[in-house]
Amino acid sequence: MLKRWRERITPTDVVMWFIGGTLLLLMFWGSTATLIEGRYTSHHWFDFLIFGLAQGSIYALIAMGYTMVYGTLRMINFAHSEVFMSGPYTAYFVAAAFYSSGFLDRQPILSLIFIFLVSMATSTLIAVLLERIAYRPLRTAPRLVPLITAIGASFFLQYTFRGLYGSGFQAYPVVKILEGEWMFGVFRILKFQAVVIVAAALLMTALYLFVQRTRMGKAIRAVSEDKEISSLMGIDIDRMIVTTFVIGGMAAGAAGVLYAVMFKQVHFFMGFIPGIKAFTAAVLGGIGNIPGAMLGGIFLGLVESIGPSLFLDGLGIVAPYQLKDAIAFIMLVLVLIFRPTGILGERLAIKKA
Amino acid sequence: MSLLEIENVHTYYGQIHTLKGVSLTVDQGEIVTLIGANGAGKSTLLKTTSGLLRPREGSIRLEGKDLTHDPPHEIAAKGLVQVPEGRRVFGRLTVTENLEMGAFAISDQKLIKENLDRVFQLFPRLKERHKQVAGTLSGGEQQMLATGRALMANPRILLMDEPSMGLAPILVDGIFEIIRKLHTDGTTILLVEQNARMALQVAGRGYVLQSGVVVLSDSAQNLRQNEMVRNAYLGET
Ligand SMILES: Nc1ncnc2c1ncn2[C@@H]1O[C@H](COP(=O)(O)OP(=O)(O)O)[C@@H](O)[C@H]1O
Ligand SMILES: [Mg+2]
Repeated sequence: MLKRWRERITPTDVVMWFIGGTLLLLMFWGSTATLIEGRYTSHHWFDFLIFGLAQGSIYALIAMGYTMVYGTLRMINFAHSEVFMSGPYTAYFVAAAFYSSGFLDRQPILSLIFIFLVSMATSTLIAVLLERIAYRPLRTAPRLVPLITAIGASFFLQYTFRGLYGSGFQAYPVVKILEGEWMFGVFRILKFQAVVIVAAALLMTALYLFVQRTRMGKAIRAVSEDKEISSLMGIDIDRMIVTTFVIGGMAAGAAGVLYAVMFKQVHFFMGFIPGIKAFTAAVLGGIGNIPGAMLGGIFLGLVESIGPSLFLDGLGIVAPYQLKDAIAFIMLVLVLIFRPTGILGERLAIKKA
Repeated sequence: MSLLEIENVHTYYGQIHTLKGVSLTVDQGEIVTLIGANGAGKSTLLKTTSGLLRPREGSIRLEGKDLTHDPPHEIAAKGLVQVPEGRRVFGRLTVTENLEMGAFAISDQKLIKENLDRVFQLFPRLKERHKQVAGTLSGGEQQMLATGRALMANPRILLMDEPSMGLAPILVDGIFEIIRKLHTDGTTILLVEQNARMALQVAGRGYVLQSGVVVLSDSAQNLRQNEMVRNAYLGET
């Protein structure tokens, strides 16, 4: 037993554990110092928590697309960040028109629904076109080929949208009913953040139920496990693959509007960072695992929002919030060191035996 | 007209000529066995029949209708269903979900429920474990599940690829018991086996495949008596 352990541990593992341990120690030290200093009140922490949840739900929705496509195609769809961008960017023009005509103020709910629909439809269309034009012809190519194609498609889409809509930031019109705040006892919560969290939670519940309970959802899971056998069961593999792109596109389009509601602007490059974060979230949760992607997204959002103040402030680092991206990726490194399969990922080798 | 007609099928893996003109028929209600050594091309023939591999030459017909060029999911929907080699259940899906996937081509919910009841009756063990994830089942239970999954589709013909592989002798008996039962119920089966002794007991007719060529085909009874079969596949001298 001990001997087997010794054989399985390589020097690399030891170095990685050392790095991981050091990072954990620093985090622990920083957190303790921050909490002892007591610079932040419970109101601060609550704000961080809500912001993190809102941001994390958006990551989670985008991550669905990465993880589902990975499940069926075993490929990282790097152009998914542009699937995310295309929706809210296109819907911006609808939103702007509603705003200038006064419709947005008169019928805010109806306007929002319409903006959501336009965004989701656009993102879905882009996702489906990507699959059909860029990825399907490469189904049997070596794995690196579709990956490189995805990166190419990502640039292609970015610059297409830049060409179509221009390279400036466009300010999303403010929806008046989403401004202001609600009070929960002594805690205040910004309305738009609450709406983002609730909307994302509803969408994710619907998605989860779809994948777990419906015939299509089960077939998608079957295809993720074994394409050949799925086809022997009468499942049309191509149709299931397209379905994963449709679902991923819809989730990304919805996430895009939520993003616009939160940050109030769109840009042709807006998909890049959230895309990388959502990909990180998918890996954190165990790529291919749908509940994992949701969990990974929320976790990442929370860490990004709470982490800088909690871990770094106590270490005497100034303006810690600027380092939130670094913290997000350190989390990824930590999870990959201590749990290479992600939070909910399973060890397939053992299961297969 | 036979239920399944495989005619002069040639299948290649790249440049490697694996099936060299295989012809075979299965009639309604029959059990036909295909025996042959490891690497003879038995699985390749089943995969070609199911549409997972494309023959470069030859044709495959089910009830007289050509399905040589159909994609696998359409072939399955037409009633040619395979229990694959090595079981290959969906390890992360539950037993019930696996069975539901078997009935994917059926849209009539009532029929699906009926089939599910029938499979659970055939394999009470699966009913006990219906909520369990298939990856946690034992080898024998996984074979039951793979068989049950195929039966969920109401197959016109069942192709079974070495169902006894890697199972303890007692479980092998169980599997052949089930095959006999399915036969009595009227299911048509093409059975690929390395366990020629058992296979020739349940089958009515048999084919012997060697290096991608059918070298012998006869009634099971005659094959059991055949000198070459006895030497090569029954381990008798
Ligand atoms: N995917 C493949 N690629 C190349 N050769 C293969 C492949 N699968 C099987 N073969 C070869 O084709 C021959 C027949 O294999 P198979 O049909 O699996 O035999 P059997 O099922 O009778 O044991 C063998 O020589 C095997 O090595
Ligand atoms: Mg074989």
